[in-house]
Amino acid sequence: MSEKVLMKGNEAIAEAAIRAGCRHYFGYPITPQTELAAYMAKRMPKIGGVFLQAESEVAAINMVYGVAGTGLRVMTSSSSPGVSLKQEGISYIAGADLPALIVNVQRGGPGLGGIQPSQSDYFQATKGGGHGDYHLIVLAPSSVQEMADMTVLAFDLADKYRMPAMLLADGTMGQMMEPVVLPEPSTSTVEKPWAITGTKMQREHNCINSLYLQSGDLERTNFERFEKYKVIEENEALYEEFMMDDAEYCVVAFGIAARVSKNAVVAAREKGLKVGMIRPITLWPFPKKPLAAAADKVKGFVSVELSMGQMIEDVKLATECKKPVVLCNRAGGMIPSPEEVLASIEKMAGGNN
Amino acid sequence: MVVFEKPKSLTDAPLHYCPGCTHGIIHTLVAQAIDELGIEGTTIGVAPVGCSVLAYNYFKFDMAEAAHGRAPAVATGIKRALPENIVFTYQGDGDLASIGMAETVHAATRNENITVIFVNNAIYGMTGGQMAPTSLPGQVTQTSPYGRDTSTAGFPIRVSEMLATLDGPEYITRVAVNNVKNVRNAKKAIKKAFENQINGKGFSLVEVISSCPTNWGMTPQKALEWIDENMIPYYPLGVYKDRSAEKGEEA
Repeated sequence: MSEKVLMKGNEAIAEAAIRAGCRHYFGYPITPQTELAAYMAKRMPKIGGVFLQAESEVAAINMVYGVAGTGLRVMTSSSSPGVSLKQEGISYIAGADLPALIVNVQRGGPGLGGIQPSQSDYFQATKGGGHGDYHLIVLAPSSVQEMADMTVLAFDLADKYRMPAMLLADGTMGQMMEPVVLPEPSTSTVEKPWAITGTKMQREHNCINSLYLQSGDLERTNFERFEKYKVIEENEALYEEFMMDDAEYCVVAFGIAARVSKNAVVAAREKGLKVGMIRPITLWPFPKKPLAAAADKVKGFVSVELSMGQMIEDVKLATECKKPVVLCNRAGGMIPSPEEVLASIEKMAGGNN
Repeated sequence: MVVFEKPKSLTDAPLHYCPGCTHGIIHTLVAQAIDELGIEGTTIGVAPVGCSVLAYNYFKFDMAEAAHGRAPAVATGIKRALPENIVFTYQGDGDLASIGMAETVHAATRNENITVIFVNNAIYGMTGGQMAPTSLPGQVTQTSPYGRDTSTAGFPIRVSEMLATLDGPEYITRVAVNNVKNVRNAKKAIKKAFENQINGKGFSLVEVISSCPTNWGMTPQKALEWIDENMIPYYPLGVYKDRSAEKGEEA
């Protein structure tokens, strides 16, 4: 068991990635994920790994595509505007069925936006983001410990399902320092017979590709990929339930919003309101089952988000709008206070009791 | 006696290129070089977006298909992951000198130990003959129907000359494939570009002046003459950078 160390979230991701066996990192400078790249720049040359500051986000994600094609663990990290630039490459990585890790330490948008924390890339992360039909596995940590653990999990799931995974954090999560137990070095071994490693004149050539000029072939690959997505939705959804046993109202929040909301739930309980929380840990696959179950029990939902309301659409879909869903949100780099969340809960409770 | 056989590292797939297109010759030269160097089993090629997008069907070694212009970045990733393998890109002028210019320049300035085959035929072929970054002044294309007007569309980019100003790259040369003599020289340059990689010397780019009879609106024969009359005067053939030779080292 490793000992506890005090680390910034961004650094914890970097160290966890190295322990997960990632020896190739490509990135481009952007706030607020700076510490992650800096950590990699320091560590990779010492352990025989590759840190490369690419000429652009576009180049960085295509370098990731190249390494992923060889079957080795590889990652990039950025923040919202930079992740937009990576979308072309992410679509190709998804279309070529390659495992890779993309970290988005989100900041406010749209456009150049700001450098303060945000969750407004939820749609981009969970619905695909680039062109074409595809998904990423999207993990949303809400502590530095989870940032480390989910980095490893993201690599493992990406390899298992041969698809890109995204760690969706935000500026607060990246910058905050917390004690963390770093993961043990990964022993994961996944066979990758599809990788381009040179034929050694012993097999037919492999090709990393997403081009299918015959419509029927392209349709088939899409259907096959979505069969895989069904399996993932069935098996890999992660969530945390907090005080949901007797809850009459359910807060739904992820990442930093969930930490704020937890305080609000406790405060609401102290006021005698039966409130609980469901925290999606995977944003895709979205934990539909616990939300559907809650919809039969509770009187309403409060979706707490650092955006103009994006996850709320998935909450409404998962609950089939059986109960009202209200939004409690701040945007542009602002974070709702526990008092604001509590006020939203009380308003909903008042309106329904 | 002249002996000719199909290179071993080419597949039997029929090429989709138009009649008279010189991509077939260039594919053959690349495959011959790889055969002669005995590196088929370790070579990984990166195909572009453009006419040679399907190059991965024609080569027997491992291939990756890159997004438009991104081949040097993809090749950088592959080479950094597998430094013992031989990695090359095969790109056209739109791919390399327009949408992918940043990736080209930065792979060169990092002296990535890769080989780049740059096919310059001064036009976008796959999409039906639009103006390329290398289209000549006055050249009529679908998107310069009155001829390339340099006052609004700018001037052609001489990629080899430009890259040769960088300290990074090892070897930058321009060849053509419009006659037997030029084809032989092109073969030597391509082989040297792969040898440089084997010897760890770094970024080697061979610009190959090529024809596009279909989109130039010419017979194949006339297109080869047009290279001599118009392309080569604007894009002079020759070695633009050869760092090892400059240092007096053996090639």
